[in-house]
Amino acid sequence: MAKWLNPRSALGLALIAAVLVALPFVAALGGQAWVRIVNFAILYVFLALGLNIVVGFAGLLDLGYIAFYAVGAYVYALLASPHFGLHLPFWAILPIGAVLACGFGVALGSPTLKLRGDYLAIVTLGFGEIIRIFLNNLNAPVNITNGAQGVTLIDPIAVGGFKFSAASQIFGLTVSGPQKYYFFLVALALLVIVINLRLQHSRIGRAWQAIREDEIAAKAIGINTRNIKLLAFAMGASFGGIAGGIFSAMQGFVSPESFSLIESVMVLAMVVLGGMGHIPGVILGAVLLTVLPEVLRYGVGPIQQVVFGKVLVDPESLRMLIFGLALVLVMRWKPAGLWPSPERRRELAETRAEKL
Amino acid sequence: MAEVLLRAAGVGKHFGGVKALRDVSLTIGLGEVYGLIGPNGAGKTTFFNCLTGLYVPDGGAFDFAGRPLKADAPHQAAERGIARTFQNIRLFGNMSAVENVMVGRHVRTGAGVFGAMFRDARTRAEEAAIRRRAAELLHYVGIADRADDLAKNLSYGDQRRLEIARALATEPQLLCLDEPAAGMNATETEELRLLIEGIRRDGTTILLIEHDVKLVMGLCDRVAVLDYGEKICEDVPAVVQKDSRVIEAYLGGSVA
Ligand SMILES: Nc1ncnc2c1ncn2[C@@H]1O[C@H](COP(=O)(O)OP(=O)(O)OP(=O)(O)O)[C@@H](O)[C@H]1O
Ligand SMILES: [Mg+2]
Repeated sequence: MAKWLNPRSALGLALIAAVLVALPFVAALGGQAWVRIVNFAILYVFLALGLNIVVGFAGLLDLGYIAFYAVGAYVYALLASPHFGLHLPFWAILPIGAVLACGFGVALGSPTLKLRGDYLAIVTLGFGEIIRIFLNNLNAPVNITNGAQGVTLIDPIAVGGFKFSAASQIFGLTVSGPQKYYFFLVALALLVIVINLRLQHSRIGRAWQAIREDEIAAKAIGINTRNIKLLAFAMGASFGGIAGGIFSAMQGFVSPESFSLIESVMVLAMVVLGGMGHIPGVILGAVLLTVLPEVLRYGVGPIQQVVFGKVLVDPESLRMLIFGLALVLVMRWKPAGLWPSPERRRELAETRAEKL
Repeated sequence: MAEVLLRAAGVGKHFGGVKALRDVSLTIGLGEVYGLIGPNGAGKTTFFNCLTGLYVPDGGAFDFAGRPLKADAPHQAAERGIARTFQNIRLFGNMSAVENVMVGRHVRTGAGVFGAMFRDARTRAEEAAIRRRAAELLHYVGIADRADDLAKNLSYGDQRRLEIARALATEPQLLCLDEPAAGMNATETEELRLLIEGIRRDGTTILLIEHDVKLVMGLCDRVAVLDYGEKICEDVPAVVQKDSRVIEAYLGGSVA
């Protein structure tokens, strides 16, 4: 507890809190679209932290993580939309989504966790695609998911009559729908960060790290490696499920194409680029990889206009090009990620030194 | 002999054409220091691996503390009270020394995901006890001052000690040491001897693989000799040393 009394960290926390409160109003100066982008950044923080449990803590390569996000999203969509005429409240659906995603995690993990590295990656990749294809085709003979059209008119998150989708006056301040979601997301993200930190420094967190370091030694001192890995899978999946539910509510619309392989790859890139296993790094990775493409989207066209007088290269393709280049450069010069944990940085520095 | 702690009956293991263990039977009494020696490639480590469930033996069985040992689940061996060290040290290199020992407490503690998330009073108490015990064990093996160093940065001798501390953290009844003195100088070996004697005095039975003849003869109550996977002799050190088959096995292999 002494940490909290430290004036420097108290000041730091106050500063972070101030920035977090001000952010949606500053972003709104550029239009509500920017608030939505910030919201997505936080949602991806949530997702990346979930995947970090699997990849960063337990060291299992999961290329189908987005499947759990999809499960959570569709659970929300089906239980709170005119599609089935069900309109359950969000606080009931999010846990259902988490539990179901967790169930899928266990179902995928229990037969496959004996596989190592590349093999596990391939199986999870396949799993991610299977879920997406199922969602695409579960509209016949009984229409469950409405196929490729997706589910529309999904209920927003609401507490009593207070809907998160519309603007309202709070203390004389106009707070827009996206801004309300922002605060909801920030609260949840803080909760997830605390849970992650606590997991990392616990009996289970140590067991994960031990498995990552030396699986045989971990077994020999009595860690049931299969169960502990499964636990990582289940935890990661649950977080994915909750994030999916919020995604559904925020968008009001889901369709299978939101859950393609590239999404899994993006979330994985956030974890790796930020600094695998290091929570602040993962947060940074998620924020950067969500915001950077958007900045490029809005920036690339106008800049060309100013410099060359006309748009030479289609902004959309240039955006992906710059984005890819940035990724390659980061991995070349900071192979442990932008903000790795001190140990991991040392570890990689040493393997490099050995090679020289 | 006192009460039997471990009974191996007819244990066999082969790798392709190599018969690493042939019909090995032995019994270890409670409180003994039992030596397992033999030339390189005799099958000593393979015996450890079968005993601790890393390998599934082709035949035979282990009885531990009066109950059969399930052969295929390493974590269960630790749960039953068998801990080991490795010939080629296997520490969790990027964890600190004290964390390595804390992981060793895993099998004797129970906090789960919810305990970790809510940090209730019970979990906090357990965590504090884990930390305390780990510190004690580091002190016990004599590396308390290295507690916060990463395991991979410890000296060779300290790594061997840390591995013993981690094994002791699982509260074993039987501690299996695979060549703990390998690569140690005379002073370090003497310190190790004192440590092993201390562990025995504190009530843990020890199964020791070791090439250092002086150490084995000084420490062990009884010694078994393996040669080409076969047990060729088992007796008190003084007798084993004079056994003609043992002398032949060592001279026939490399000159020990
Ligand atoms: N996993 C394995 N795969 C194939 N062969 C193996 C394996 N493990 C051991 N062996 C073989 O089994 C035999 C016994 O090996 P083991 O490691 O048990 O010997 P050891 O007595 O411990 O020798 P050392 O004193 O050199 O440690 C050797 O011929 C070895 O090559
Ligand atoms: Mg050996």
